[in-house]
Amino acid sequence: MSRAILYDSTKCIGCRLCEAACAERWGLPYDEKVAAEEQLSAHKLTVIQTHGDHFDRRSCMHCLEPTCVAVCPVGAMKKTALGPVVYDESRCIGCRYCMLACPFQVPSYEWSQPLPRVRKCDMCYERQLAGQLPACVEACPTGATLCGERDDLIAEAERRVAENSDQYHGLYGVMQAGGTSLLFVTAVPYEKLCLQRPLPPQPLSVLTWRMLARVPDIVVVGALLLGGIWWITRRRSEVAAAEALEEEP
Amino acid sequence: MSRWLGWLPRTLWQWIFWLLILGGLYAAYVRVAYGLGGATNLSDRFPWGLWIGFDVLCGVGLAAGGFTLATIVHVFDVKRYRPILRATILTAFLGYGLVILALLFDLGRPYRVWHPLVMWNPRSVMFEVAWCVALYTTVLFLEFIPAVFERLGWVRPLGWMRSFSVPIVIAGVILSTLHQSSLGSLYLIVPDKLYPLWYTPLLPFFFFLSAICVGFAMMLFESWHSSRAFGKQLELPLLASMGRVLAVLLSVYLLIRFLDLYHRGVLPRLREPRTETYLFALEAALLLVPMVLLFLRSIRLSPARLYGCALLVIFGFVTNRLNVSVTGMEAGSGVHYVPKWTEVMVTLAIIALGFAIFRFAAQHLPIFAEEVPIVSGRPVPLAAAGD
Ligand code: SF4
Repeated sequence: MSRAILYDSTKCIGCRLCEAACAERWGLPYDEKVAAEEQLSAHKLTVIQTHGDHFDRRSCMHCLEPTCVAVCPVGAMKKTALGPVVYDESRCIGCRYCMLACPFQVPSYEWSQPLPRVRKCDMCYERQLAGQLPACVEACPTGATLCGERDDLIAEAERRVAENSDQYHGLYGVMQAGGTSLLFVTAVPYEKLCLQRPLPPQPLSVLTWRMLARVPDIVVVGALLLGGIWWITRRRSEVAAAEALEEEP
Repeated sequence: MSRWLGWLPRTLWQWIFWLLILGGLYAAYVRVAYGLGGATNLSDRFPWGLWIGFDVLCGVGLAAGGFTLATIVHVFDVKRYRPILRATILTAFLGYGLVILALLFDLGRPYRVWHPLVMWNPRSVMFEVAWCVALYTTVLFLEFIPAVFERLGWVRPLGWMRSFSVPIVIAGVILSTLHQSSLGSLYLIVPDKLYPLWYTPLLPFFFFLSAICVGFAMMLFESWHSSRAFGKQLELPLLASMGRVLAVLLSVYLLIRFLDLYHRGVLPRLREPRTETYLFALEAALLLVPMVLLFLRSIRLSPARLYGCALLVIFGFVTNRLNVSVTGMEAGSGVHYVPKWTEVMVTLAIIALGFAIFRFAAQHLPIFAEEVPIVSGRPVPLAAAGD
């Protein structure tokens, strides 16, 4: 069992209290100017985006099999048993492969810092360990953002969609890229909202694992093959040299 | 006064070199003082730019001559390529050194560059890349160090090194194979971002094969330059035979590349009038033209024309790597990236540094000489090698 967040865009009124709570939780400044930025960045880890009269929410998706966890060379990104994907800044070398690889374009970088860190939502891991709700969930006045066990939330989302099928377009997050711990029910197709473009149902890391799994084979076969060729060519020149000697009177 | 004048650069090339180095130092200052944000045009949406696309991807590729030639000479025992072996190994060693230097600019926390060696994540391609860079640089160092021992007349270590040379070479070939292809594997993780003309499950294979092609092109390139600078070059038949191998390799590469485009059904995209199409056409032309030319005997028998073809292949290779890392990533990331002057300056300074170190080594080490045989425990005097 792991924790997840369900966001229901039909209930969201765009009050941005979740943004403010998130900023407070991270100790980041939050004012009207920041509120107007509708992009994830190193100083804004939860974002409400306006799409006409709909809202959409952006933050780390906390994938079940996260791409960032698979690609990080030093294991700075980790999927916890509790659900959140957390970042250990003491390991990070700043290669930014996690940013390149994330299919949701979530991780941000502190570009102007001399010793920059990757920034992204951690689903308030510490708070949840202490039995509290994530800050954004606690702040939400309408229940548009809920936190709970992932299976329960999926059941709840499916119930909402089934009961009001004319109102909802569907449920997002169960399958995409292997499934996410952020679940969405929305009134419009996801493609009309953020970058939630079509993603394969498997985790993206299978694409690179296919290659990496071959590394031991390449090493063993390569060593045997090259060693064999070397042995044959050397043998051949030895034989040739010996024959040349014999032929000399 | 005149004493100081003696320190001034004398030739045009020296002036250019020192200007580039000064520019590079200033850019390095900007990088340290203002961070990646001040020194690059990178952003959250476009986290990898020129330093990865050119300095790392191309740098490693251009060093591919090292393992290609080491295989030919040591494993297949083709002796006639020996005269350029050392120069090629030196280029590869330098290439890797400069790639690491560029990485130090690009990493957000350069002083932690060693972390992947102790903090493991074997599921990460970047982890494999880090290990390959570290191990292969060591191997190249071991392959090159005998030239230094010869210069110093250290017989004992020279003997030890020689007895290990074959396992070292084989390790180097395997590491290179892994490394060249893993740079392609890096991009396997972005099927939704990289433009379909470049994204293919075969990326690692294409990176590997094109690296071997450019390895041959680099050998022709170096042979030409060393003949101009030091009056030492390979005999024409040898150069011509390399040209022929290059032509065959290029045709295999291009054939599979286009078959792959065909089977993935992306050829119709070539009709779309967009930047990606034009830059793909440029890349393909830069490889196709030298391929056709190199099949002509008259081209292969002229050192200057061979050199021209090698240059085209090198440019084609660089275009390919930049297309994968920049052109092909722009649309999918939703941003347009143009490198900042600091990024360009650092890159130019690193190239200049590479040329200068190579020149210095070529003047002071026996890199255009055959290996010196060890006769009764003493190396044969080096006078012959040094001239
Ligand atoms: S930037 Fe840091 S967290 Fe991201 S992949 Fe690189 S080392 Fe890992």
